[in-house]
Amino acid sequence: MSDTYHDAERRRLLKAMAATGLLAGLEGLLPAYARAGSGAERHLAGAAQVAGGKPRSVTQDFYIRREGIGIAGGHAPSAITVNHSIPGPLLELWEGHEARLRVHNLMDESTSIHWHGILLPFQMDGVPGVAFPGIAPGDSFEARFPVRQHGTYWYHSHTGFQEQIGQTGPMVIHPAEPDPIKFDRDYVVMLNDWTFEEPGRVLAQLKKMNGYYNFSKRTMEDLVEDVARSGWAKTLKDREAWGGMRMNPRGIADVTSHTYTYLMNGLHPEANWTALFRPGERVRLRVINGSSMSYFNFRIPGLPLTVVSTDGQAVEPVETDEFQIGVAETYDVVVEPRADTAYTLMAESMDRSGYARGTLAPRMGMAAAVPELRAQPQRTLVDMGMKRDMLTMGPGKKPNTRLEGDSVAIKEAAGPVVAQHGPDRHGAGNATIAKVQRNRLGERGTGLEDVEHRVLTYSQLRNIEAMTDKREPTHTVEVHLTGNMSSYMWSFDGVEYSDSEVIDFPYGERVRLIMVNDTMMEHPIHLHGMFMELENGQGEYLPKKHTISVRAGSRVSLLISAVEPGRWAFHCHFLYHFERGMFRVVRVSNLPGADNA
Amino acid sequence: MPKQSWMTPLLLFAGLGLVSTVQADSHGKASLDSVVPEGPIEPSSGAPLGWKAKPTKDDAIYAFSMIDRLEYGDSEEGQTYLWDAQGWIGGDYNKFWWETEGEGPVGDGAISASQFDATYAHKIWPYFHLQGGIRYDTNPNPDRGFLMVALQGLAPYWFATDMEAYVSEDGDVSASAEFEYNLLLTQRLVLMPRVSVKASAQDEPDYDLGSGITSTEMGLRLRYEIRREFAPYIGVRWNQKYGETKDIAEEMGKPTSSTAFVVGLRAWY
Repeated sequence: MSDTYHDAERRRLLKAMAATGLLAGLEGLLPAYARAGSGAERHLAGAAQVAGGKPRSVTQDFYIRREGIGIAGGHAPSAITVNHSIPGPLLELWEGHEARLRVHNLMDESTSIHWHGILLPFQMDGVPGVAFPGIAPGDSFEARFPVRQHGTYWYHSHTGFQEQIGQTGPMVIHPAEPDPIKFDRDYVVMLNDWTFEEPGRVLAQLKKMNGYYNFSKRTMEDLVEDVARSGWAKTLKDREAWGGMRMNPRGIADVTSHTYTYLMNGLHPEANWTALFRPGERVRLRVINGSSMSYFNFRIPGLPLTVVSTDGQAVEPVETDEFQIGVAETYDVVVEPRADTAYTLMAESMDRSGYARGTLAPRMGMAAAVPELRAQPQRTLVDMGMKRDMLTMGPGKKPNTRLEGDSVAIKEAAGPVVAQHGPDRHGAGNATIAKVQRNRLGERGTGLEDVEHRVLTYSQLRNIEAMTDKREPTHTVEVHLTGNMSSYMWSFDGVEYSDSEVIDFPYGERVRLIMVNDTMMEHPIHLHGMFMELENGQGEYLPKKHTISVRAGSRVSLLISAVEPGRWAFHCHFLYHFERGMFRVVRVSNLPGADNA
Repeated sequence: MPKQSWMTPLLLFAGLGLVSTVQADSHGKASLDSVVPEGPIEPSSGAPLGWKAKPTKDDAIYAFSMIDRLEYGDSEEGQTYLWDAQGWIGGDYNKFWWETEGEGPVGDGAISASQFDATYAHKIWPYFHLQGGIRYDTNPNPDRGFLMVALQGLAPYWFATDMEAYVSEDGDVSASAEFEYNLLLTQRLVLMPRVSVKASAQDEPDYDLGSGITSTEMGLRLRYEIRREFAPYIGVRWNQKYGETKDIAEEMGKPTSSTAFVVGLRAWY
């Protein structure tokens, strides 16, 4: 098919370029591999090694197509590719130089690319209806800006459900100063959740029956087991607590491996993406969660992980054995495999319904054992924002946040209560409130409370440099994360985006953003255009995040210097949550009324 | 779709390798003046009102249709069929909701009773809709219409609840309540007890009803979800008449109680 297909496509592209005034020659713009054919099966896998090289300004073209592609062990007839690849190509930029990123829409639908975590003029941020009107079919759009940061980032469509079916890619920005992190090899490890379903249908199923994809609800079998373990009294208390709230303690992920295949650099577990090393080398792995709906637990059995940065921002190196990565977050780790053997890169979905997997090996074709999926975690009454006396059931001090024998660990790890919820229950669009709000930054991620090795927590993250803006905040904004799983409604403060008004940050001020999670699940909250400094007790060395996973029943506080004028999207990065309205626009301006907000 | 004025020159200049028109200072930031556009502003985005694109489609309309029960019943009195379906179309807070139920003997194709509701539903609490609208009944007595209100939703402890009250065109007042519960034996095998109770505020002789509780229907159905959308079931259904309604049935020589074994299908789209 490739010749005629290619010619037709070229004519279309030329027409598109003529229409928009883009005159540059087509072939010259296409990277070599993109000219090779129609890309029936092209993934990041072969090009996940960071090339580096001489610092320079970069011009890169992104051709967005609807086309068939082999992926996840099957064939997707209408995926969205970037330069014929899923995920899209690795974008490498250099701090202190210029980026010229040209997005060409070769589809019959509108599109966009958001450069996730990048500081740039807001008009280039790629959010349709907020920053720009979107890229119409046949049109092109250029984001051109000086690069003023370094680290690991990514890019993705901000239009409809396009990111779910392929339109994502990794980004690495090389530092202007010599990198303090020493490494011999450098790979991106991009995680995605793939579905062969039409994503609009996935959301429609959730609207009609919110538990559609959840095949690990509690059953009679669990009842029998719980009674055998804990007795009737405790079991009934537990069932009463959850039933009374109409909440499912096994609600870990809205969308599961029932429809998802989890990918590492575009490859499903059996395809085993492999990164090479020589024993004794230091290998940098830039883990990017480019999923639409999936958190992962990342570990490499047999190798400690030294976390050196998160969301592109260098942190004091901290050694650990496993970390949980929320949707849209990035973590860079350095590992030093010394043995001449293979290691498994294990990215288990948080609900443990599946995993993405790859291998770190001295030679191609090697593999190590893939660990079994661990038991499915359950939500706890801490997640529900319940008071302490409600956590302790029955006589005595023995906590009973859930019925599994390991409940003690959860209770002991539960962070301190820092605030109480006010009387506002946020309307019919919100099911529960966090009656008590905890600081949970020191807790391990959901389901990792009891694992017997080290697990990274947010409170361990310490920025490598002291903050530059040491002013006390002069403007505070409090936002509650709200939702109603039973009718699949998601919002901030009980109000969906369409009914909301912009949140104003007065330009130049130091802003404190407080988020309270009233729902029973974590939400990865992303602010465009500016980093949020997470108040995690590290003094002047607060870690900087573009996306923060806010735990259920918790209250977090973030500091932001409102120095980037613009209209910036601020939203839950679960695709189907933000599409339901868990979205706001933060406006940084010098409007006279802005400081009254 | 009309291009925005600032975008066209941007694309032109980009293609020619010239500087883009986005106002950015030397540090790569947008100018403060560019944040608030001139002219009318869309309140959610702060962007120009004319932009068609929206960052989310949170006001999308969804539609749901479900045959809760489509079943064949076998009892001493004979073989019957029954349908019970409902659906809605709308947004998060406001929906058009319809429901229909009916039954008849297998064989002659007649419908012995049927009911159709059409209501406007507004979400008033996180788990409940308040509904108002009309109901229309046919068979076996003269057809009649009703005005109705209903409260439908999920009660604590996962009881699906539907409580309805009616005023007929003759001014007769009646009510019904339905409760269902899904007991998961496994992830796909579900036991569903179901209770419905009907009551009337006065005698309704034309409809063979006396005042008070008129009848109950209890069921126990075991379904297997081959897919979430498609679940055949088997079960048992027990109908019982009470009070004066029962007496009327006895006088007419009709059964006051019946137990049927049922086979059916639950499906939705």
